[in-house]
Amino acid sequence: MDALEQIILKVRAAGRKALVPFLVAGYPTAAKFREALMDAAKYADAIEIGIPFSDPLADGPVIQAASAKALAGGVTLEGTFKALSELEVAKMPPLLFMLSINQVLAGGGAKFPARCASAGVAGLIVPDLPHEEAGEMRAACKKAGIALVAMIAPTTSDARAKAILKEAEGFVYLISVAGVTGARGEYSRETVDYLRKIRAMTDKPLCVGFGISGPKHVKQLRQEVDGFIVGSALVRELESGKAVSDMLDRLRSACDSERG
Amino acid sequence: MSTATITHRYGPYGGQYVPETLMANLIELEEAFVAAVEDKAFLAEHHDALSHFVGRPTPLYHAQRLSEAWGGQVYLKREDLTHTGAHKINNAVGQALIAKRMGKRRIVAETGAGQHGVATAAACARLGLDCIVYMGALDCERQQPNVQRMKLFGAKVAACEAGTRNLKIAINEAIRDWVANPRETYYLLGSAVGPAPYPAIVRHFQSIIGSEAREQYQTHFPKKLPDAVIACVGGGSNAIGIFAGFLEDTKVKLYGVEAGGDGKEGHTSCTLADGRPGVLHGSFSYLLQNNDGQITGTHSIAPGLDYPGVGPEHSALKDSGRVKYEIVHDDEALTAFSELSRLEGILPALESSHALAFAKRLLKKSPGQKLIVNLSGRGDKDMPTLIARGLV
Repeated sequence: MDALEQIILKVRAAGRKALVPFLVAGYPTAAKFREALMDAAKYADAIEIGIPFSDPLADGPVIQAASAKALAGGVTLEGTFKALSELEVAKMPPLLFMLSINQVLAGGGAKFPARCASAGVAGLIVPDLPHEEAGEMRAACKKAGIALVAMIAPTTSDARAKAILKEAEGFVYLISVAGVTGARGEYSRETVDYLRKIRAMTDKPLCVGFGISGPKHVKQLRQEVDGFIVGSALVRELESGKAVSDMLDRLRSACDSERG
Repeated sequence: MSTATITHRYGPYGGQYVPETLMANLIELEEAFVAAVEDKAFLAEHHDALSHFVGRPTPLYHAQRLSEAWGGQVYLKREDLTHTGAHKINNAVGQALIAKRMGKRRIVAETGAGQHGVATAAACARLGLDCIVYMGALDCERQQPNVQRMKLFGAKVAACEAGTRNLKIAINEAIRDWVANPRETYYLLGSAVGPAPYPAIVRHFQSIIGSEAREQYQTHFPKKLPDAVIACVGGGSNAIGIFAGFLEDTKVKLYGVEAGGDGKEGHTSCTLADGRPGVLHGSFSYLLQNNDGQITGTHSIAPGLDYPGVGPEHSALKDSGRVKYEIVHDDEALTAFSELSRLEGILPALESSHALAFAKRLLKKSPGQKLIVNLSGRGDKDMPTLIARGLV
């Protein structure tokens, strides 16, 4: 069992929910990203770091704009590795990189997971690497001792969901709705039913993302999953010049107790 | 076509690199496509549309005065004479019929030069389907006539302001729309790019160009074949369409012509010449990128060629050497444009003018050859650029 899975199962055993904040590397600036990362480390069970890509396909407008700004500010994959090397990563919650398959290929392809492992990165989320194409990368991640986090969407058929769950490591990223990233209102009955359906198929840790923006979503879905990934809402906080601590504090409470 | 021929990989190239949300759509599309092309009723409906709506077969025209001027024999495959004025309609009509069969009422498409957008808008109007076309804001400016035509066909044109404001951004936005509305939406991709099964579907619907051209050539010259076949390559749909008719004829040289832009570094669209393999828009293929894996900007006077990726089959054909990929710059394309216009009374699209310019170069080097050039589209849409360049 990898580090990521262990942590989330521990959270589950304590009756709590995992909180997984998402930050865009280099956003709003290199220095402020580092600050946000250190803030997030105080509240998070794991942290997702999005490495900006010039041509994202699954990002909504908020993360897309943040990525474009970070790229214009000079963020790179190599630069992000360097930034991490200046931090005490071992004392932080597990870090995940979220990036496109083209960035993985440019970063070394099958050798990339080993580079991530030696930088202290515990897992990879590659949204444009669906199950059918992931065999080689999954093997390389396994060899390097990091998790390749699988994604399931509401449009995923039951047969494919079973195949994906069978190979899943770390946690399974459940995309809440058929759509791009971005904050939303309340989730529909359809979302709840879909999360329940996947829950019935597996004991592996499940984290839900896309549209989680506050305690109300944690409350609504806490019976269905093990953790929550919060992206666009945090990026918006940073966009408006705030620190991420306030929002993460509220989310932490919601994740820790039903009354939160 | 039987089920066995839906290609996902061309050598190492191709694949399905899309967000999980879209996998169900790709699987559904592949099943629907296979069922359609095995269904006689669909084939009859499609054939009827090609004959009476698109206007096929298009002529193979012997450009006599141009041949004389350039020192060889130039035959033009007249895709510019199809309804809406470019080869794009072949694929748009075929895929729109598939979408209708699948019960999808909402069509999204990307467009660069606007030709695929216009073709899709026309095909949707004919079938009563809703049509949204994503087009880079830069391309909206330089292909204004096509924007207006799309609107007249009832399509909604969404100008994409992000980043490079060209075809790449239009595809990003179209895919993002599809991710956001996967169940009701059919993504009508116009080039031979994208995740499987799109490259195979686009090739299927465009291969009629090559099969017609080969047959027509042999009515001029029984049992003979041309020395070479030339087509421009952006994403590569017109090229793969005409090459498909000649790939097995190993004596026929095949040339794909990429856009060299103004020749300055970083100002080209020479994906196969200058790129290295990576993943853009769902498939593994050559692409223009930096060391960090970020896709780099492109330039070409021809919006349809102004793209940092290329269809995966072209990548395999480059590696195998079956097709030679060459570069033509903006200026050479404009010269070829003028010569065809004046000598033959045909206004070629700026995209197709790149293929023509290479034909001229080839004949200068070895005169007397018999060439087929795919005249993929007509140049009426390019008026704003031609005026800005002082050609009119």
